[in-house]
Amino acid sequence: MENFIFGKLTWEALPHLWFTIAGTVSMTIMGIGAVAALTYYKKWKWLWKEWLTSCDPKKIGIMYIIFASLMLFRGALDAFMIWAQQSISVGASHGYLSADHFQQIFTAHGDIMVFFVTMGFLFGLINFIVPLQIGARDLAFPFLNTLGFWLYVAGAILINMFFVVGGDFAAAGWLSIAPLSELQFNPGIGVDYWIWSLQISGLGTLLGGINFVVTILKLRAPGMSLMKMPLFVWTSLCSMVLVITIFPILTVTIALLNLDRLFGMHFFTSGFGGNPMMYTNLIWTWGHPEVYVLILPAFGVYSEIVSNFSHKRLFSYTSNVMAAIAITLMSLLVWLHHFFTMGAGADVNSFFGIMTMFIAVPTGVQIFNWATTMFRGKITFDSPLYWFLGFVSTFTFGGMAGVLLSVPPADFQLHNSLFLVAHFHTMIIGGALFGIFAGLTYWFPKVTGFKLDEKLGKYSFWLWLIGFFVSFTPLYILGFMGATRRLDHYSASTGWQPLFITAFIGICIIGVGTAVQVYQIIVSIKNRKKNHDTTGDPWNGRTLEWATASPPPFYNFAVIPNVKDSDAFWDMKKSLAKDASMSDMDMITNPEKVSQLLAEKRKNQKYEEITLPKNTPMGIYLSLFVFVVGFAMVWHIFWLAVICLVGAIACFIIRAFDDETEYELSAEEVKKLEEK
Amino acid sequence: MKEELQQKNNDKTFFGFWVYLMTDLLMFAALFATYAVLRNNTFGAPSGKELFSLPYVLIETLILLTSSFTVGIGTIYARAKDVVKTSIFFGATFILGVVFLWMEVAEFAHLFAEGNTPQRSAFLSSYFTLVGTHGLHITSGLLWMVLIFIFILKRGMSDSSIRKLTLLGIFWHFLDIVWIFIFTIVYLLGAI
Amino acid sequence: MNENKKIKISTYVLGFLMSVILTLLAYFLAVTKTSFDSFILIVIFMVLALIQLIVQLVFFLHMANESRPRWNLLFFMTTLGGILILIVGSIWIMYHLNYNMTPQQINNYVESQDGF
Repeated sequence: MENFIFGKLTWEALPHLWFTIAGTVSMTIMGIGAVAALTYYKKWKWLWKEWLTSCDPKKIGIMYIIFASLMLFRGALDAFMIWAQQSISVGASHGYLSADHFQQIFTAHGDIMVFFVTMGFLFGLINFIVPLQIGARDLAFPFLNTLGFWLYVAGAILINMFFVVGGDFAAAGWLSIAPLSELQFNPGIGVDYWIWSLQISGLGTLLGGINFVVTILKLRAPGMSLMKMPLFVWTSLCSMVLVITIFPILTVTIALLNLDRLFGMHFFTSGFGGNPMMYTNLIWTWGHPEVYVLILPAFGVYSEIVSNFSHKRLFSYTSNVMAAIAITLMSLLVWLHHFFTMGAGADVNSFFGIMTMFIAVPTGVQIFNWATTMFRGKITFDSPLYWFLGFVSTFTFGGMAGVLLSVPPADFQLHNSLFLVAHFHTMIIGGALFGIFAGLTYWFPKVTGFKLDEKLGKYSFWLWLIGFFVSFTPLYILGFMGATRRLDHYSASTGWQPLFITAFIGICIIGVGTAVQVYQIIVSIKNRKKNHDTTGDPWNGRTLEWATASPPPFYNFAVIPNVKDSDAFWDMKKSLAKDASMSDMDMITNPEKVSQLLAEKRKNQKYEEITLPKNTPMGIYLSLFVFVVGFAMVWHIFWLAVICLVGAIACFIIRAFDDETEYELSAEEVKKLEEK
Repeated sequence: MKEELQQKNNDKTFFGFWVYLMTDLLMFAALFATYAVLRNNTFGAPSGKELFSLPYVLIETLILLTSSFTVGIGTIYARAKDVVKTSIFFGATFILGVVFLWMEVAEFAHLFAEGNTPQRSAFLSSYFTLVGTHGLHITSGLLWMVLIFIFILKRGMSDSSIRKLTLLGIFWHFLDIVWIFIFTIVYLLGAI
Repeated sequence: MNENKKIKISTYVLGFLMSVILTLLAYFLAVTKTSFDSFILIVIFMVLALIQLIVQLVFFLHMANESRPRWNLLFFMTTLGGILILIVGSIWIMYHLNYNMTPQQINNYVESQDGF
């Protein structure tokens, strides 16, 4: 009976290790603190009405970014713990972590950083910026957007539930490669947490992917043909097309693993005809394109920034778009390079090796395009551009390491070594994360209405860049010396300790860089009057998001603009400047004058009624049910899972048959709001 | 203005649904790939050739095909706002769908009774998962059909009901297309 | 898909008849003991299934009368490409992995080919 009610959840499962108890205590304190603060300031209603139930992509985007930042701290703490262990656990000393705990930490670091940090930040940026850049007021399916966000949150909370309820984190590596992740070798519930968390957040990502593809293809402002879309929109489109292509494969792969564990089927087991290598194959058909899902939007951010701060049209727009499309298609044809050493033979290995080398070509095209854009531009060195320049140096470096790894014989030497770890961290930190930071700095004034502190931004950039090289250059060397990844202990005779310590110093520098970023945000909020953005166009921008106020009104644009050029906003400013007989150079040196002209023009606008989606709490309710389904399935509490599944389906049905999901804003109301 | 908005809404809903179907198709593709790789891993348990009865599956196939036909006719009448004929054709689709599902469950029960459970070999795991996923889709389609008709009873043949019926029709055609490949790859190729 | 254009019942009847014929054709090829090589039979079955796919896309889903830009068609084609990559790639890779990994398969190969 007790088994039926509580499944595998027993008193023994509750937290009893120092780190889970610490997690429980700190999470409880944070929770109580948040509740107390909200009650004291009487903000519950505001939080619920203005934020949590909102269908506004701008607000959802901000929530994504806040949540991803929290996760970034958690993932960075894991990285810190890994390197702390590695720099002291040598010879007779065994460090401060047990082998099992160490395995849980590196698994958690990988999963959290990829699924909940990078994906979260990118979805946040795309949510906020893409509708503005295409001149839309909302997404195609506003409800699916809040649902996707809340599923992502549910997944992130579920994977951290072991802190509070007990059990452990998966200890099978970030992709839980079979047969290690099978019940035979991993009888705990860590892998089940992993399965359900990724399944739930993956569903959210898939919904987001469908939503953005339809939004970008169907809701563009009049006149914006495909080849007039800003580059960030293009790369987001490519990234989202990849999402809808590969996430179904992830869903299936994880579901099959779950069937193995739950019902004793034999897909990836080592007996009964199961084939563990098929798991590796399937997970990497998802896994490789996934890294391009992460990097493509970052490429878009760089294209926007380079063109903006060089005050020049992006060099060879068409080839940039073609390169993004080529990367999208080719990324589907390289997955085997993750398991050259599994032994598919010369034919297969050479095909995938060559495809991997090919994919460097479109990436190179983009880098040359950015460089050529800067050439003879009137460059202003603001902090977003710093992040871009840091990206070029690290990314080229890591890219060359990648081309080296794409040669199968070389890969046989370097497979699973720290060289590989250094390579992909160079790509993801130097490529995706720097892109996210660049984008956040660049679009910060659009989101909040004031700029970030420039000086502190540059300090944190230098700390990040130096810290990055100090931590990862030793890893390249260690890889050549034969150090494998996931080492919790090594012999003193290897002589690796100084290099591991250097890497640890590196992450400390990065930590200081992060602290400076936090300080930067605090200082900027304090001095917000000084850095106030009154015009909505603080960087003398070129694309449509700058054509509206900062922060934008909830309907984005009072009047949907007509687009005639890929740099749509620049084109509008230019035609105004021309009437006032200003030259291009005057536009760069005297942006205030152009803003005045724009403001004058806005005065005689004709407003129309606007249709907008109503807020809905259904996304939260549905995700809550799905979360409990996941939780109950992890602990084998089947009655609860069935009840909540019915609840989730009921929520979905109620929403699907609700025809009153929109409201209208009359032309007079818009006028009143605009004149404020 | 209102009609234009309605048209635009329909346009994006249909396209969004199509994109969703593509993701579902890729999900099936991953299951097909798994089946193709594991189909010979019978581990001493019976293979498909010994287990499947082709005439039985042919009847299933023809039933599903007919239901795909009736759902198509049903959507034409739905657009003409002919409630009676719409109900007749969707009702026929519903009955055919239930019969199909019942045949599939009976087939599974038969296999289970002989001890050929999905736990017995990798081949059987992949077979049950592939065909079972299709059956799950059919089930959700049937549930959806019931809900739409409750909705129509309450609100009549509104634009929204017509849109929902059309989407259901597309979903059903799509399930038939997936079944063609299950029929061919699992059953026909399994029989060679 | 496209609701503006008038769709006739006769289209569905035609599509239905063609699908039935194709299904029955494949079925009788499978049950009657033909003298075809099994590889040729596999090709024939797959071709018949693909023809039926096109028939249903055209007559049931009306993909031929989609208005420009043909996003549905483009997405369908891209998805087909993805499916082909996934299935053909998996089979190709897994075949080679099996061939290189399991002694039993190597034995089978040696037996069937009379040595390497």
